[in-house]
Amino acid sequence: MLSENLWFHNIYCFLYTGDTAISGCSNATGLLPESLNWMPYYIAGFSMVLVLINIFMAFGALYTYAERRLIGRFQSRVGPNRAGPFGILQPVADGIKLLTKESMIPDQADKPVYNLAPIIMLIPVILVVAVLPVGEGTFMTDLNIALLFAISITALTTIAIFMAGFSTGNRFAMLGAMRAVAQLISYEVPVVLSTVGIILLTGSLSLVDVVEAQAIPFILVQPLAFLIFIIGGSAEMNRTPFDTVEAESELIAGYHIEYGGMKFAMFQLAEYASVLINSAVITTLFLSGWEGPFSFIPSPIWFLLKMFFMAFCFIWIRATLPRLRMDQVMSFAWKFLLPLSLINIFVTAIEVLIFGVNGTFTQGDLWIISGINIIVSIIGIVIFSKILEIDSGFNTQFKVTV
Amino acid sequence: MNSELMTVNFGPQHPSTHGVFRLRITLDGETVVGLEPVFGYLHRGSEKLAEERTFTQVITLTDRMDYTSAMTNNQAYVLSCEKLMEVTPPVRAQYLRVISAELSRIASHLIGTGFLINDLGAFITPLMYCFRERERILELFEMLCGARITLTYMRVGGVFQDTPAEFWPALDSFLTDMEFHLDEYESLLTGNEILLSRTVGVSSITTDQALNASITGPILRATGFDWDLRTVDPYEVYNRVNFEVPTGENGDNYDRYLVRIKEMRQSLSIIKQCVEQIEPGKVRLDLPFLIRPDSGEAYGRVESPKGELGFYLISDGSISPYRCKVRPPSLINLTLLNEMIVGWKVADMIVTLGSLDFNMGEVDR
Amino acid sequence: MYGLGIVKGLLVTLKNFVRKPATINYPEQRAPQHSRFRGEEFAWYEERCTGCASCAKFCPLGIIHIETSPSEANIPEGDSYKLEAFDIDIARCMFCGFCVEVCPYDALFMGSGFEEAQYSRQDLVLDKIKDQREGKNKSPSTWFRPQLEAQKYIPLSGTEMKWDDAGREEWTYHPTKRPKRDLLSWRNKNFKNKGEN
Repeated sequence: MLSENLWFHNIYCFLYTGDTAISGCSNATGLLPESLNWMPYYIAGFSMVLVLINIFMAFGALYTYAERRLIGRFQSRVGPNRAGPFGILQPVADGIKLLTKESMIPDQADKPVYNLAPIIMLIPVILVVAVLPVGEGTFMTDLNIALLFAISITALTTIAIFMAGFSTGNRFAMLGAMRAVAQLISYEVPVVLSTVGIILLTGSLSLVDVVEAQAIPFILVQPLAFLIFIIGGSAEMNRTPFDTVEAESELIAGYHIEYGGMKFAMFQLAEYASVLINSAVITTLFLSGWEGPFSFIPSPIWFLLKMFFMAFCFIWIRATLPRLRMDQVMSFAWKFLLPLSLINIFVTAIEVLIFGVNGTFTQGDLWIISGINIIVSIIGIVIFSKILEIDSGFNTQFKVTV
Repeated sequence: MNSELMTVNFGPQHPSTHGVFRLRITLDGETVVGLEPVFGYLHRGSEKLAEERTFTQVITLTDRMDYTSAMTNNQAYVLSCEKLMEVTPPVRAQYLRVISAELSRIASHLIGTGFLINDLGAFITPLMYCFRERERILELFEMLCGARITLTYMRVGGVFQDTPAEFWPALDSFLTDMEFHLDEYESLLTGNEILLSRTVGVSSITTDQALNASITGPILRATGFDWDLRTVDPYEVYNRVNFEVPTGENGDNYDRYLVRIKEMRQSLSIIKQCVEQIEPGKVRLDLPFLIRPDSGEAYGRVESPKGELGFYLISDGSISPYRCKVRPPSLINLTLLNEMIVGWKVADMIVTLGSLDFNMGEVDR
Repeated sequence: MYGLGIVKGLLVTLKNFVRKPATINYPEQRAPQHSRFRGEEFAWYEERCTGCASCAKFCPLGIIHIETSPSEANIPEGDSYKLEAFDIDIARCMFCGFCVEVCPYDALFMGSGFEEAQYSRQDLVLDKIKDQREGKNKSPSTWFRPQLEAQKYIPLSGTEMKWDDAGREEWTYHPTKRPKRDLLSWRNKNFKNKGEN
């Protein structure tokens, strides 16, 4: 498994001295003496982990800057431009400010849970990086259940939000936590089901295989799944139009209302990094990952470009749309997204039965499938919009008589 | 299923209560089952202060009531003073007052619309667009009277001074741009499915309810009742201009939003007609700064952006009003808060508060 | 319908994304300020002021402090009182401009500044007599001073306006000339039978 990993392989061979049959390297002498030939394995592994995680965390911090800056432009403003050239040091300044704040714990808070919540919030985001194929042969591990791993690990944030909301003893936070649990669990279902179509097409849960199977990007082959995944993804990241969990005009800040200083910074970092991670997963699943039309640009650059484009789209959506109400968010998941994802699975399964003779598809087959799927998705969206009457309020405006 | 009720304090420091408004709400899950509004956090005793100021000095107090549309406040107070003194300002002054009051109405409705959408959760983008245009109105006010918010533009018997030369071209370019920007807001918001699903049918009240609670302004007109003091009881030069009074149908949050957008278009047309009709002349009667109306009483009212704004003045013949009573539309429009909010979700409550477009400076005075 | 309204909204924000921002970088760039702007740095001309205290009387907040004394002044010859203090407490001022409007001799003008934050409240009291002695630059706002507007005077240009260039505005209730009258006979005429006791 690790031998497929080019980064790991190169660093390992650069350091390793000894038998080429064991190491799988072309040259027998490396930088380290033979007596230390247990070390290259760990050094190579740690260096990859350090580089990838730090890059993603640094991008997460930079993303806060990018979001503020871009939303500023969407809103006809300039955005933060004081710290450093073009304000690029704004995240650093924010970080220093938040680090030097006093760590306050509310009196009513359940202290261990209160302190643990930001950490649990941040860990899943970091763990997902492990299975992301960032470039050709550039990944930490090619897990054979990588897709399941990524989706199930990100679901852990529900627990962190719940812990944060309930441990503080604030009523706004509790409302936010209640909303979070209901919303995140509901949206988990259509998101998982939307990826089934991809699994059917590729026959593998490994993200590397998914990328390699994309002769044409799956956004064309699975448009409905892409839509559901992007909607469900923004719901799980608590971004507009599904940011009912934070809802600054209703719950002020939602679950992290009582957090300050570094703990607040960790929540923010986790939130913004999760947008990037989600964009990376979408890039891998639907935008053919690291593959690009021109091969002179290295594959990680392609990956990052696509990831940033998706992140930009999330900022764009956030800058434009109002928020849905909680019951509308729930009915949207169960009445609109879930049936559509089931239809998507049904249609894709039939197509796989017809075209996928050997379990592989030619490019021509994929084009035909994409044509069928685009038509199916348009019809599906129109029919379900009609049923739900989305334009006149989901048919769910109701007043409770007290 | 029964669950424990929860009492939450919304405000006075809450991003969506539009000032220092406090709501003690009882929640059953997400549903509001009880509500107790508390206000008075911004009480400055304007009515009592007015009794110790001269008639002209009170104008500065009216600026600070509904600070989003100080022109209409000035106008209402000055009109009731003129009623008390039985004088009529020169025609040019009346035109200038109407132009500035309509500009003020646009500015106030821009704030109302922007904050309504902000309460809907649209991360302040429409609000910023609204403020971009409002800024130009404030700039026009700065040309007119040197201030942007606390204007003190009008005087008993006219306005304090004629317009500067650069005002008219700036007003023309604003009028042209504003049409385009209103179209932009409409394409951003009016057809938006999320906005529709959040506002259509929410917190609707009937015309009878609104009339019984003496609610005025866009909230009354959204219920389909055509009541606008500019046509019902035309003051100044409103009978010389043609305009429609936009009304809604259901009296829900969406209709209130739509009525405000349409009113902005009507205001633009009123200003255009005024600019065509206005002629040079005096802008101020020969009245001294220190005026002494004969003893008596008068009630002057205007259609402010929030509703009927009235000043009831009693004079005992001295230099200051014996009593100055304000009819604040913002406060009276909050009368039906219980009927509008109880039974709806928390998120709907916020949107309803936004669509009522009240101003705490006027509610508490 | 069917999400098309949302797409339309997205296009509107994208259009604004490529548009020039409407805001400016405040300390470096400034919004255009109009010459009628009512701001701090009241321009006050001692040469014109008679110490009549109209401004102090009509100030809604009573923040103008004036002390006069008749010493060394030949009042019957039409001299004005000697001014010992003319302070304006900017900390409480709301810039309504009434003091400027009522000044009968156009001695007081609004200013154009708006960023006069100080570290102590005492620094917020403008001692206009001290300013006059120090010869501070006077660039009055044209608020309620149509004669300055007629001259096309722009306060923000920084050109100093001398007291005898500032002209007079012609509000009906302002005397066109400083009255030069025999105050003693005027007093005898008006207050002969009253006020003596």
